[in-house]
Amino acid sequence: MNFFKFRKIPLAWLLLSRQPLRLLVAIAGISFAGILMFMQLGFRDGLFDASVTVHKLLDADLVLISPRSKSSISMSGFPRRRLIQTLAQKDVETIAPVNLNYLLWRNPENLKTRSILALGFNPEDSLLIENDFSQKAKVLKNPGRVLFDSLSRPEFGPIEEWFLNGRVVETEVAGKRVKVEGLVKLGPSFGADGNLITSRETYLRLFPGNPKGSIEIGLVRLKSGANPLIVSEILNKSLPNDVRVLTKKEFIDFEKNYWRNSTAIGFIFTLGAFMGFVVGCVVVYQILYSDVTDHLPEYATLLAMGYRLKSLFFVVAREGFLLAFFGYLPAYFSGQVLYALVRNSTRLPIEMDANKSILIFVLILFMCMSSAGIAMRKLVDADPAEIF
Amino acid sequence: MKKKLADFTKVKNTNTVLINELSHFYGSGENRKRVLDGVNINIEEGELVLLKGPSGCGKTTLLTLIGALRTCQSGSLKVLNNELNGASRKTRQKLRRSIGMIFQGHNLLRCLTAEQNVQMGADLIKGLTYLQRREIARKWLCEVGLDGHSRKFPSDLSGGQKQRVAIARSLSANPKLLLADEPTSALDSVTGREIVSLLKKLAKDQNCSVLMVTHDPRISDMADRILNMEDGKIFNALNKII
Repeated sequence: MNFFKFRKIPLAWLLLSRQPLRLLVAIAGISFAGILMFMQLGFRDGLFDASVTVHKLLDADLVLISPRSKSSISMSGFPRRRLIQTLAQKDVETIAPVNLNYLLWRNPENLKTRSILALGFNPEDSLLIENDFSQKAKVLKNPGRVLFDSLSRPEFGPIEEWFLNGRVVETEVAGKRVKVEGLVKLGPSFGADGNLITSRETYLRLFPGNPKGSIEIGLVRLKSGANPLIVSEILNKSLPNDVRVLTKKEFIDFEKNYWRNSTAIGFIFTLGAFMGFVVGCVVVYQILYSDVTDHLPEYATLLAMGYRLKSLFFVVAREGFLLAFFGYLPAYFSGQVLYALVRNSTRLPIEMDANKSILIFVLILFMCMSSAGIAMRKLVDADPAEIF
Repeated sequence: MKKKLADFTKVKNTNTVLINELSHFYGSGENRKRVLDGVNINIEEGELVLLKGPSGCGKTTLLTLIGALRTCQSGSLKVLNNELNGASRKTRQKLRRSIGMIFQGHNLLRCLTAEQNVQMGADLIKGLTYLQRREIARKWLCEVGLDGHSRKFPSDLSGGQKQRVAIARSLSANPKLLLADEPTSALDSVTGREIVSLLKKLAKDQNCSVLMVTHDPRISDMADRILNMEDGKIFNALNKII
């Protein structure tokens, strides 16, 4: 009953839909702007997320790195004993030293080499949050064995296909022969097109220049109930300044911040999204302005009948909202399709998450409402005295 | 002037429109032009008054002033007991809800059906549900003989039908005063008379006063009173300035 009581003629919708072609053009324009924003912000977030795919999978509460490390593409070593020293802290349960560096992988199919991120660790330790990883890691106890990241770019060769077909996959890493003994799923990142995991022993064989007592990352797992923030603070105070203790979140942010602040990537994609926003504003403004201009005598008639100017503002605002809503839907679904396309062709972790979906809707809504607000100024020109 | 205004306050309340020494100007400085020159009119409840005069004599200006569409500059203009000289924009806007207007060009909303156009008038009545307002719109469309055309858009209606929709719209808000600007100018003589007689009947039924600007001599016999206007002044049938 209340619905019927407050229901009114949907004037905004009727005004918009009176010219279906113009409405379609408006929706297409807004959707285009939305898709542009989705893609730009998707690429930006996807690239930032891609830079931490491995970081997120590390099985650790705290991470030790060298203060000289800038990002995963320029990691510096620090003494492994610093990691061992953390065991003195009562909340520390286990530790895992990890070596990390870029090595040259030879594509076993076309024999071309490409840089791959290699992680060396003790197979007895827990490196990744993956259910059957410790099982897979057992094979790494044999020297010269590696686990290959099946999400690596195809330029590394058809490793997954060969391996799953039961073929023996052997190739060269840093000029030394290795055998692929298993597959893991990590994903490419900004700095690394592919990843491999091996034992520390094999890693040092592949990279003999690496000092034996030096590691690039130290993983620390805490006892249940321990607060990582507090423990990291205590460790930072107690350990010498040749090492830095970060929580896992800080470690992820450390990597993201490098790409965000040290490169123009964040700026470029944010600017791209802003351009999409501006294009959308211009399209919506043009549509709403010409709509208001076209219907000015009708608005003036309504004013002459006794409608308030405020009511007409609401009509234009509702037109803005409807355009935002109908423009957003195709943008959202096109965004989903394009994200899947980008994911499949680049293997970037580009996802349509709730934050992005809401942010773009709010931006489109703001775009439409602000354009409606500017178009409303034209309504003031509707002089009811002029219609006689 | 003060004396005249004082006399004006003693006039009985049955007057829908009461105008005393109303003058109006356009432009400023050397270009200032007097459009209305000391106009005095009163229109009583339920009366149909025709306003005639040559183009540019000030008829439309007077209509827009009575319709609370312009601000009053000089003199007194009382519409439905509301003094419009010095009235705020809000007062004028509220008053317009009690005044029905019929325009020469119909001014129907092109995106709305005949029924929706009429309902836009009924929507101004407070306290009614959507269904009640729709019922009012249907009733008025029936009254003007367009019950079979409720779902038609203005572009699908003839000139006479559009004018009937405009009449239905103006009456659907229960106005106490109806202002019509040449409502028959685009119609043939038969339709023109039909429209005016319909307007007269419906207005009488509602006790609504009508002020109609027209050049159409074919409808003169239907008016209760005819006012002639020239150079911003009102004359009665005997050509005496009122």
